[in-house]
Amino acid sequence: MSVIRRRLRTVAVAALAAGVALGSTACSKSDNEGSSGEGGEVKLVLQTFSNFGYDQAIKDFEAANPTIKVEHQKMGELRDFQPKLVQWLAAGSGAGDVVGLEEGVLLGYVQNHDKFANLLELGATELKSSFPEWKWNNALTPDGQKLIGLGTDVGGLAMCYRKDLFQQAGLPTDREEVSKRISTWQDYIALGKEFKASGKAKAAWLDSATSLMQPYVMQNSETFFFDKENKFIGETNPVVKQTWDMGLQMATDGLTAKAQRWSADWDAAFKNSAFATLPCPAWMTEGVIAPKSGPGNSGKWDIAKIPGGGGNWGGSYLAVPAQTKHPKEAYLLAKYLTSKEGHLAAFKEAGAMPSDIAGIEDPAFKDKKSDYFSGAPTGQIFGESVKNMKPVFLGAKHQQIWETVVEPQMQAAERGQLSSDAAWKKAMAEAKKLTS
Amino acid sequence: MSSAVGAAPVRHAATPPTPEQPHRRRSYRLGRWDIKYSPYLYVAPFFLLFGVFGLFPVLYTVYVSLFEYDLLSGSKEFVGLENYRVLLDDSQFWNAAYNTFGMFVLSTVPQLVVALMIANLLNRQMRARTLFRMGILIPNITSVAAVGIIFALIFADRYGLVNWLLGTVGVDPIAWRDNRYASWFAVAFMVDWRWTGYNALIYLGAMQAIPRDLYESASLDGASTWRQFWKITVPLIRPTILFTIIISTIGGLQIFTEPLMYGYGLIRGGASNEFQTLAMYIYERTFTGNFEYGSGAAMSWLLFLMIVIFALINFAMVRRSVKGEQK
Repeated sequence: MSVIRRRLRTVAVAALAAGVALGSTACSKSDNEGSSGEGGEVKLVLQTFSNFGYDQAIKDFEAANPTIKVEHQKMGELRDFQPKLVQWLAAGSGAGDVVGLEEGVLLGYVQNHDKFANLLELGATELKSSFPEWKWNNALTPDGQKLIGLGTDVGGLAMCYRKDLFQQAGLPTDREEVSKRISTWQDYIALGKEFKASGKAKAAWLDSATSLMQPYVMQNSETFFFDKENKFIGETNPVVKQTWDMGLQMATDGLTAKAQRWSADWDAAFKNSAFATLPCPAWMTEGVIAPKSGPGNSGKWDIAKIPGGGGNWGGSYLAVPAQTKHPKEAYLLAKYLTSKEGHLAAFKEAGAMPSDIAGIEDPAFKDKKSDYFSGAPTGQIFGESVKNMKPVFLGAKHQQIWETVVEPQMQAAERGQLSSDAAWKKAMAEAKKLTS
Repeated sequence: MSSAVGAAPVRHAATPPTPEQPHRRRSYRLGRWDIKYSPYLYVAPFFLLFGVFGLFPVLYTVYVSLFEYDLLSGSKEFVGLENYRVLLDDSQFWNAAYNTFGMFVLSTVPQLVVALMIANLLNRQMRARTLFRMGILIPNITSVAAVGIIFALIFADRYGLVNWLLGTVGVDPIAWRDNRYASWFAVAFMVDWRWTGYNALIYLGAMQAIPRDLYESASLDGASTWRQFWKITVPLIRPTILFTIIISTIGGLQIFTEPLMYGYGLIRGGASNEFQTLAMYIYERTFTGNFEYGSGAAMSWLLFLMIVIFALINFAMVRRSVKGEQK
């Protein structure tokens, strides 16, 4: 459900390839529009991407609202769904009555919100207190008059580490102890140097210099690449450059595995135990690290608190397009799916971490432990990381700037293809081109 | 009605109608219409479908290319040829064109030459001939996405098979994605793996239509196999060679999935766009980022023009050179 996860399934590119052939002429399906059935029954169409884990939640909703039928269209990965949704919204038909929006996509629509219904007018005001403030505010227009989405999952943030490699290098392995030793990023780097200096573990400290960027900037700045007027400030935001230099310095010091994230080499690096730590959001633990490391490495990973306290990475929203014929019923569905019951059902089904405060506090989530990660109390660790979080203004094109411009250039510099300065200049020039 | 129309030409042939017989005249007219217009009717479905799903989108693309779209807010503005001007000024566009042509040459030339050689071998008497003939087509029926995933792993930078093999003989690992020409090579390899067998089969089909006695008399005159190949086989399958070159040009310049999979699904094709092709850049501009439909449409047209021009150049060049051989 997060932006990042969509890149995992490379197979989805096959669909994308077909999309090129068909995509330009992609037509909207007429049955996408909700229609009234017999006896006043309302049919709603819900469109989501990746895996929101809503199968059970929808059944429960239909049982509680016998006059509403829900057709759940799973639209593949975000990269398949997003271009179609843009077209349907522009064309004024084809979009579902309720649609899943990834955080970055939502931020883009907050600027151009006339394609979406105002959830505040449909009664969402009462829900404000059930979400963390930042999750709520992200979906709110700058004047605070219109809300276009209700939060589904959040990422949270922690530090996943390899207990066995820590032990080989003579470092503490207990998660409380590790959390204490890496309470700041400076401590984290110092421990990495200690890890390397021991010379006993044949692994790097961190997978890639770029892994530092998102958590560090989000903890240390109120903005990232854009200021609150949505002007590109990546070049002048001192924290961004500081993190860039810090990450590449780690690479120079030989602390990173220089594995390009989301590549085949990165996958292999998990299996080959090529690095010892990785900042990880909740969806990454069971969804990425466990399958990529494989059953052979079960029980070798553990989870500590992220340096610097809290943080978030990824997450989505549900919105109601203005073209729907049944805004009231659509709102009811979105409200149910983002309620405590909906969140917990999705957590059970897809491991999506609730963004609903009652959901985070619920024993079903809070007491969750992960066997693969040596029995780490994931519910508690990730729950805390989200509650402690300060809101950061990301801006509409944040994810795009990060994923298509800054991250690739930083990786090029890490591999030594470009100097740090040249890569930085190139990244900033491309980012400005995209935002002009 | 259809039976009357169908029978008309026969009657016409048997008894020529005379003006005195109005009934006869009508069926004569029907018969004449049948001969004149039926063929058009029979081919019409293709052209109707082509018009709706082929020609109309192509022409509409021209229209779209003259506007600047903002899909998020839903506005569009007429800008004339501005999209084209911006593109011709865009270094990423020319970089993509360079990559596309580079990969095309690097893949097509060896592909067709090797296909010709394979076809020549398969044209001889040999054991399990059908097995080999079918076997070379197997790569072609594999899904291109599957091919892409596997080759991306084989050519992975650190844990890839090729770099591992190079390592065992003491060669430094190659940066398969940071080095432009290495990445072209890998993509061309993928393309050739899939398409060489296909072209070989087409050549083989053409070769089997060549009369055997030509080779027999050449042998009697003392021409070597090699000489027979160049002086008899190649000139006689010239139309087929031209066909494969045109088809490869059209397909090769639109290459998309292979480099995309090779770059782990990232549309930018390498940190510095080392292997981003025109089709990938069209997708990047049109379906990601700012959703610049106008710009994407303009680029699609430029690509179309390039393919037409390039196919014509190839056609002319090959026709001339193979003719030269014939003399």
